[in-house]
Amino acid sequence: MKARQKRMLLVAIAVVAIGFASVLIINALRSNASYYLTPTKVANGEVEVGQLFRLGGMVVDGSLKRDTKSMNVEFVLTDYTNNVTVHYDKILPDLFKEKQSAVTRGKMKADGHFYAEEVLAKHDPTYMPPEVKESLNMDNKKKMDTEAAKKEVKE
Amino acid sequence: MIPEIGQFALIIALAVSIILGVMPLWGSINGNSQYIAVAKPATYTQFALMTVSLACLVYAFVTDDFSVKYVTTTSNSALPLLFKVSAVWGAHEGSLLLWGYILSLWTFCVAIFSRSIPPLMLARILGVLGLVAVGFLLFLIITSNPFDRIPMQLDGRDLNPLLQDIGLAIHPPTLYVGYVGFAVAYAFAVAAMIGGKLDVAWARWARPWTNIAWVFLTIGIALGSWWAYYELGWGGWWFWDPVENASLMPWLVGTALMHSLVVTEKRGLFKAWTVLLAIGAFSLSLLGTFLVRSGVLTSVHSFASDPERGLFILAFLMLVIGGSLTLFVVQARKFESSAKFEPFSKETGLLANNVILVVMASAVLLGTLFPLITDAMGIGKISVGPPYFNAVMVPLAVVLAIVMGFGLLLRWKKDSLGRLSTTVWTGLVVSLVIAVVLPLIFAPDFSSLVLMGLLISSWVAFTTLLWVIRQKRSPFRLSGTSWGALLGHIGLAVTFTGITLVSIYTIEDDVRMEPGDVKTIQGYEFKFLGVKDAKGPNYMAHRGTIIISEKNQVIATLHPEKRSYLVQKMPMTEAGIDVTLFRDLFVALGEPLGTEGAWSLRLQYKPFLRWIWLGAILMGLGGLFAAFDRRYRGMRKSRLNIKPVTA
Repeated sequence: MKARQKRMLLVAIAVVAIGFASVLIINALRSNASYYLTPTKVANGEVEVGQLFRLGGMVVDGSLKRDTKSMNVEFVLTDYTNNVTVHYDKILPDLFKEKQSAVTRGKMKADGHFYAEEVLAKHDPTYMPPEVKESLNMDNKKKMDTEAAKKEVKE
Repeated sequence: MIPEIGQFALIIALAVSIILGVMPLWGSINGNSQYIAVAKPATYTQFALMTVSLACLVYAFVTDDFSVKYVTTTSNSALPLLFKVSAVWGAHEGSLLLWGYILSLWTFCVAIFSRSIPPLMLARILGVLGLVAVGFLLFLIITSNPFDRIPMQLDGRDLNPLLQDIGLAIHPPTLYVGYVGFAVAYAFAVAAMIGGKLDVAWARWARPWTNIAWVFLTIGIALGSWWAYYELGWGGWWFWDPVENASLMPWLVGTALMHSLVVTEKRGLFKAWTVLLAIGAFSLSLLGTFLVRSGVLTSVHSFASDPERGLFILAFLMLVIGGSLTLFVVQARKFESSAKFEPFSKETGLLANNVILVVMASAVLLGTLFPLITDAMGIGKISVGPPYFNAVMVPLAVVLAIVMGFGLLLRWKKDSLGRLSTTVWTGLVVSLVIAVVLPLIFAPDFSSLVLMGLLISSWVAFTTLLWVIRQKRSPFRLSGTSWGALLGHIGLAVTFTGITLVSIYTIEDDVRMEPGDVKTIQGYEFKFLGVKDAKGPNYMAHRGTIIISEKNQVIATLHPEKRSYLVQKMPMTEAGIDVTLFRDLFVALGEPLGTEGAWSLRLQYKPFLRWIWLGAILMGLGGLFAAFDRRYRGMRKSRLNIKPVTA
């Protein structure tokens, strides 16, 4: 083979390889990327039943309920505007706590509840994922906090 | 007083780095030998100062100096001594100081062990490393000073309990030595571009340094995976988390670089490409630091972080990439080579290796940064999880393995399928037999993925063995680089085997168990005896007891714990694991359920898990053998004048 032909062959191999890789990557991205949504977006009906997505927010104080006879757990996630009830049947990560942020991955069912396949772990108790931080309605939280404080004073 | 000395040493180290980064480089361009002579003494001084600085911080930790802000936030007087020392790199400021220290250590080693490198070249290399140090020390002093004082506190806020572990004491330093080691390869590349000359001698100098950096990165990644497995309490060994990806990308590009350097040394080819890979490997190491430290990506590894710091690293990264690429554009045409090779040759094999590895690294990069891209474009908050990475990386790994088998067997310049047919057929038949028979013996069911995984793993392993056998040399006379290739390739085959089997045949069950309950998984009976309270040096624990038996024989008693650390009030799962070479049995405690002593438990059976890390150890050993090949030791200048083989 002449030098030119050889070079063409190498270029052809490279093009095929990169083409193969691009198809792989684009396909994988299209079918495997999942959206992050907030309880408000869920309330607005932006998801369909059965669609896999990630749901994040703060775990409402007092909402964590454990079934003592099975592995089922239930808790409520909020962005201080809307709430979503989450069901889970595996072991929760160590740093999962009420009044702290959590991100879960799963699907909505027809009963309007979210069924998580995974509750994402974290390494640091004070860490809050940036998307959760952005989504929180802090004005509402302050209002709710002051109302709760007033209530306490009255009682 | 001691912290001030550390702070002072750090600032002087910055000044010395500026001298090291400016004078020798300037001298090397002007031919001023006095300026060039500054390089070595400046390097020694910088290293001494950084050692003092790090020692001062360690001293502050060991003596519980809670007037230092960083010590207060990451340590506690009740912490065992080992963890007081490892707490030094338990958070941002200290890990950056360690980063800087390791950079000065590498620079020091280059200055010491490079007697064969001409002073001019050495001055350039040390100068570039000096410039990198300037960037890093500025970052350290301006945004993340570990010596900042606060009013004296009674006690510290303690080290994150997850980090109170031997795995985490050694994982970050090892990983950093690997990351920073690519700065040396980068400096070699930039120095070659400044000189406009890149010859066989250059490749011989650069190879051992690159190999050693790669060895540390390999072991560092494996340590991280091992730690995550036993310490995070859910029995996973790789999560495709952004921070893990950050270490995998430089590893992939670094692997490509090691192989491309072989071609540059032996054949004087791929010079420009080698330089690009060296730039790429170090840039990706910096990107890793940026991703970990800036908190721009959602990650399980993310610790509360500061965006301003990320911005600084990003600017630094732009300088490192932009500066070297500009130089590359100007100088690249000087690196053209005239050597020729046929399409069916070792050169092509190694080119394929490089293309595949770089494509893999790009796919990981794209998957890691994709959420940032879509967010910036306003498409929405998207996350790219393990399914994406598996879908892309598995087929690419298969192609890589096929090429690897051929690659070693091929000859330089020109080869023919005819010459290799016996070896190739032997390798293929043996691999097929193994891939079909092995699952029949132990596997619960047939899986085409297992067949594929075992086929490519044995293909890589056996072609490597046949390659050694064909050399017809006693193992003692095999060269270091041959040992390197042998162990490296077989190591990867071992890791692939482990990944395949553990991914397909893992059995995982989250169950509710009352004391006395038995649960059987894969023939192993897990009997739960209940949970008692226990006390550690700085934590309280619920301590479970599980007896595992097989065929009515007790084989292990495990004590998984659920700890609650006293200072940070943070719960933590300490798994109980029974290990053999062929399987792991893993038990972790969940939560108490009800009043009858019932608990939720995570039970796992993981076949061949250890092979993943065993393979990494083999690869690391291979890298060491290759780095200490006799032909790099005591290189005389005269021996370096050997001309590359030309067609």
